[in-house]
Amino acid sequence: MVRTSTPTRWVLRLLAVGYLLFLVVLPLVMLIARTFDGGTANLIDTLTDPEVLSGLRLTVIVALWAVAINLVFGVTISILLVRYEFPGKRLLSALVDLPLSVSPVVVGLALVLVYNGRNGWFGPFLEEHGLQVIFNSPGMIMATAFVALPLVIREVVPTLTEVGEDQEQAARSLGANWVQTLWRITLPSIKWAVVYGVVLSLARSVGEFGAVKVVSGSITGRTQTATLVVEAKYQGFEQPAAYAVAFLLVMVSIACLVVVALVRPRER
Amino acid sequence: MPGPSRRRRPRTTLTRGAGLGLGLATLWFSLLVLLPLAAVVATAASGGVRQYLSVLTDDQTWAAISLTVAQAALVTVINIVLGTVIAWVLVRDRFWGRSLLNVIIDVPFALPTVVAGLVLLTLYGPNSPMGLHFAFTRIAVWLALAFVTLPFVVRSVQPVLEELDVDVEEAAASLGASGRTIVTRIILPSLAPAITSGAALSFARAISEYGSLVLLSGNRPFRTEVVSVRVLSFIENGSNAQAAAVASVMLAVALIVIIALDVVQRVAARRG
Repeated sequence: MVRTSTPTRWVLRLLAVGYLLFLVVLPLVMLIARTFDGGTANLIDTLTDPEVLSGLRLTVIVALWAVAINLVFGVTISILLVRYEFPGKRLLSALVDLPLSVSPVVVGLALVLVYNGRNGWFGPFLEEHGLQVIFNSPGMIMATAFVALPLVIREVVPTLTEVGEDQEQAARSLGANWVQTLWRITLPSIKWAVVYGVVLSLARSVGEFGAVKVVSGSITGRTQTATLVVEAKYQGFEQPAAYAVAFLLVMVSIACLVVVALVRPRER
Repeated sequence: MPGPSRRRRPRTTLTRGAGLGLGLATLWFSLLVLLPLAAVVATAASGGVRQYLSVLTDDQTWAAISLTVAQAALVTVINIVLGTVIAWVLVRDRFWGRSLLNVIIDVPFALPTVVAGLVLLTLYGPNSPMGLHFAFTRIAVWLALAFVTLPFVVRSVQPVLEELDVDVEEAAASLGASGRTIVTRIILPSLAPAITSGAALSFARAISEYGSLVLLSGNRPFRTEVVSVRVLSFIENGSNAQAAAVASVMLAVALIVIIALDVVQRVAARRG
């Protein structure tokens, strides 16, 4: 192993620590300080604000739907991509990664173009049949599902490839049908990868902002998720409330990171 | 997946149930992702070439595009240098708090983007405790992009550095190579594919960033307005065609990055 001299080592160490300190750590500490400026009164006041409560409720609903959809879709696609051969497989496997690199604003625009009730491709038809997508929760769920779509797949595919199909073939040769094979063999073997993917999707879904802003129209008390409440409160000169909601969201992200850190070693 | 074995298999191994699953999954994927993205391209093209070009060459749009590309490039260069340094420190250095540092790297991934912007505002905005008032300037744009792209290079270099064969370095050292030679001739070349893919991801992310900039940059036309903010203001004015034209350029950049990453990974895999 290459030996770095003591001065070089200290320079590199200080560079790394200093950069992270000023970019991440100190700003986070400041947010907590601003939230609890004057005790817990600010946090309690904010948590009893009906706008904030409706934002938090909407975030929970939208995030749970998006995660549930991506869980089912992600596990299905992963099993298909790893265990089966079909024409167009390589294309599909490349396309499922696409949502990660599309700007949230473009995601919102794309959904608006297809599903808006005025001149969208499907929007007018759906609204005639009583389903309003844009400026409503279905659109917000779709936008969130879009941006978090690859996260479950990216975790499950490598694990599924690694465990191989020997056990599944053994189960089938012993007479298990596909439901039994899936439930008793395949799913237990990818359990931790699924948990990890779900936690990542949850963090991403709770935090989604740009795409949801475009499709929801950010209507106060109706289509505002927690992240949209942060923006609205800050721009409405209610900075303490914005800090308090942001603090709650930071706590959710840190909880997700802790779960991920606990799950990771188990996988290996 | 090894190529030869795949060729020997039949073209499709789908059972009836798996076929149904594939059909439903593809349908949902088309409704959610493919058709909407196609709608962006179709709407962008619907006005003809002249209108498309006139949107892109509009002064304000052009200023937003060049600002975004310049800042994204700057952030990517800094990520290449500092990201590699951070990965090196995390893998090769031992000191108290190193594992905490490792967790902190993931914070920008986990934090909602609008919260990231707000968090930076507490230190670099009005009433900054250090007197650093960068809000609504280009430095703020850079800060936001640096924050959200921090993990990419670190997380792609770190595993490669961990797996790196120490024997080669020892061999080089025993043959009299200096530390500098070992770093430039052995370590950096083996890290190059990982650094490239991390850099590409961070560039793509910086180009498309929106949430962290909303509160921090002030979105001043010609000064701090980035591409995604420009798209959003087109949408809010009801000019979806213009929004789609700019969005199609962003989609093209995303596509180029994906293809470039695929090429880099395949070249790296071939080299072993």
